[in-house]
Amino acid sequence: MWSDLLEPSVIIAILAAGIRLATPYLFAAIGETLGQLSGVLNLGVEGIMLMAAFAAYWTVFQTGNVIFGLLMAMAVGGMFGALMALACVTYKAQQGIAGIAIYLIGLGLSDLLFTKSGIGTRPINSVPHLNIPWLSDLPAVGEIFFEQSILTYVAFATVPLAWFVINKTTIGLSIQAVGENPEATDSVGLGVNRLRFITVTVGGVMAGLAGASLSIALINIFQRNMTAGIGFIAVALVYFGGWRPVAVLFGALLFSTINALQLQIQTLGINIPSNFAGMLPYVMTIVVLAAAGRGVLSKEPAALTKPYVRGA
Amino acid sequence: MKQTRRVVRLMALLLAMALVAAACGDDDSGDTDTTATTAAATAEPFRVALVLPSTSGDFGISQGVVTGMERIQTERGGPASFEIASSENMFVVDDAAAAIRDFASRGFDVVIAASSAYGSSIEEIAPDFPDVSFVWGTNPETFGLPNVYAFSVRSAQGGYVGGVMAALLSDNIGFVGPIDVGSIAGSLDGFQAGAAASNPGATVLDNFTNSFSDAALAAEAARAMLTSNVEVLTSQTEMGTGVATVAEEEGVAFFGNDADFSPVAPTQTYASQVFLYEVAFRQIFDQVGQGTLGGEVIWLDFANDGIEIAFNDGYDLPADVKAAGEQAIADVTSGAVQVGG
Repeated sequence: MWSDLLEPSVIIAILAAGIRLATPYLFAAIGETLGQLSGVLNLGVEGIMLMAAFAAYWTVFQTGNVIFGLLMAMAVGGMFGALMALACVTYKAQQGIAGIAIYLIGLGLSDLLFTKSGIGTRPINSVPHLNIPWLSDLPAVGEIFFEQSILTYVAFATVPLAWFVINKTTIGLSIQAVGENPEATDSVGLGVNRLRFITVTVGGVMAGLAGASLSIALINIFQRNMTAGIGFIAVALVYFGGWRPVAVLFGALLFSTINALQLQIQTLGINIPSNFAGMLPYVMTIVVLAAAGRGVLSKEPAALTKPYVRGA
Repeated sequence: MKQTRRVVRLMALLLAMALVAAACGDDDSGDTDTTATTAAATAEPFRVALVLPSTSGDFGISQGVVTGMERIQTERGGPASFEIASSENMFVVDDAAAAIRDFASRGFDVVIAASSAYGSSIEEIAPDFPDVSFVWGTNPETFGLPNVYAFSVRSAQGGYVGGVMAALLSDNIGFVGPIDVGSIAGSLDGFQAGAAASNPGATVLDNFTNSFSDAALAAEAARAMLTSNVEVLTSQTEMGTGVATVAEEEGVAFFGNDADFSPVAPTQTYASQVFLYEVAFRQIFDQVGQGTLGGEVIWLDFANDGIEIAFNDGYDLPADVKAAGEQAIADVTSGAVQVGG
């Protein structure tokens, strides 16, 4: 039983699944990282993911075109991201509460629209897999990394892209400055609220891609509350990664791989209660977060969750 | 002066809140949806209320109950003489209990509470409404109350047929389910027995994800099984749609339980065992009409046409496998083969 776990084919399957499962977490968490670096906490990621997941599913069902589905998901994500920005940045609403409101709106509205659409659970076209030539022929490594959905590759690509934008571009440095010391940034003439509006909207677009990855790439159905907490875990992963994209990637992979492991454990008939196995990824995340401890907190953007009012 | 004004304001606020609370208090029956209208006068229509844990498109019990009820409504003269009201998505048991009580107090003849989770609510509410018949499923328990019926399914029978065919299609079979209870456990038991009967060398893996609804998790569990070379999958309840979707994508055969899963996996579902709840409901409604409001458990099985095997033409099932399946149906129906409970 336990020895089955050490079979090469099983290990490869677990690691490949870990890469695959990380996709929605990555999109959502990298997007959230941008917003949080600029000082805005968006707890509504889950709701945005659900709305975008439905939008993508409905679009692909109606048109059969996966590209349209992705574009629609990004548009819906951006729209809800902008709504969040309007509430928190323009109107200075309490960010945590506004985020929960967006979550509840997304949860309820996506379910309502899905029920009214009458589509039900039907097979749809989905974002294709891509076996990267030559690389996918490598033993073990090929199967783990290079035989994934196109959207998975895109999700992983956002990590170096985000790193580059945040650390090597002017706008990235401005975003960090806005999150650290908005008063000083404002005095230099950089629009604090405008930058925050942009980062939160972009975060919404990425949450939209996260939702689409569920409904038209990885699972290819829509269901009430199909995200099942992924958006909230993504927000936690931003803290976990100390607001740095590469560390966020590590956190997402840790979480997803343990998730893949616990599923495989249950399939192999290893006698761990399924409730306990299901808890594993969340417990591990807490353990690692606790171990990282104060080191993580010191990197928190100083102005996170504080609306900026000039002269206040 | 200021003190008095403060007190008055506080009293006014409290009064306003009390009024709001009283007004809102009756409204927690969730989204009540009357799918039919009552005839204005003439004969009293037979009124049935449904409290469902999920939506009517869930490929699980809610779908089965709604489909069955609509058939009965058509048989019994349409909405004018047979009224159906329903509350869907009552996955929070407190909301469901409120809905059950609400329907009972509004004079419905029968209130059907279609989830195993609603048992304690029924036990608590039924004595308060001795003139209303309560129907609980799918658990075989009436709590000794004279106005409670229960219905359940001998799902092992249909599972047996599915297993007989599965083991002829492959040695490696997988069952992904929510929780190992009730008709789900029955389906698995039957499947294992059927597989063993037609192919002793076959193995049936199982994985319970602890969620009736999380199709994404079920899909991942199914994928995990595929790495163990599973070539036939089976599942039950709403989460089963995730498993069926994986089966369709990966070209793995699928057997559905409770509902016909061929819409979800049109080319990979070889068959499904469909639970026809209306068989139990017809009996219950007739008995209620004659004054017996409860006290009986009604089991659905092949013999009373409560279970039927729906073969899917979209799957190219070899003739000998289908023949084995049909023989299994005959054996179980006649009692030549005894399966589960």
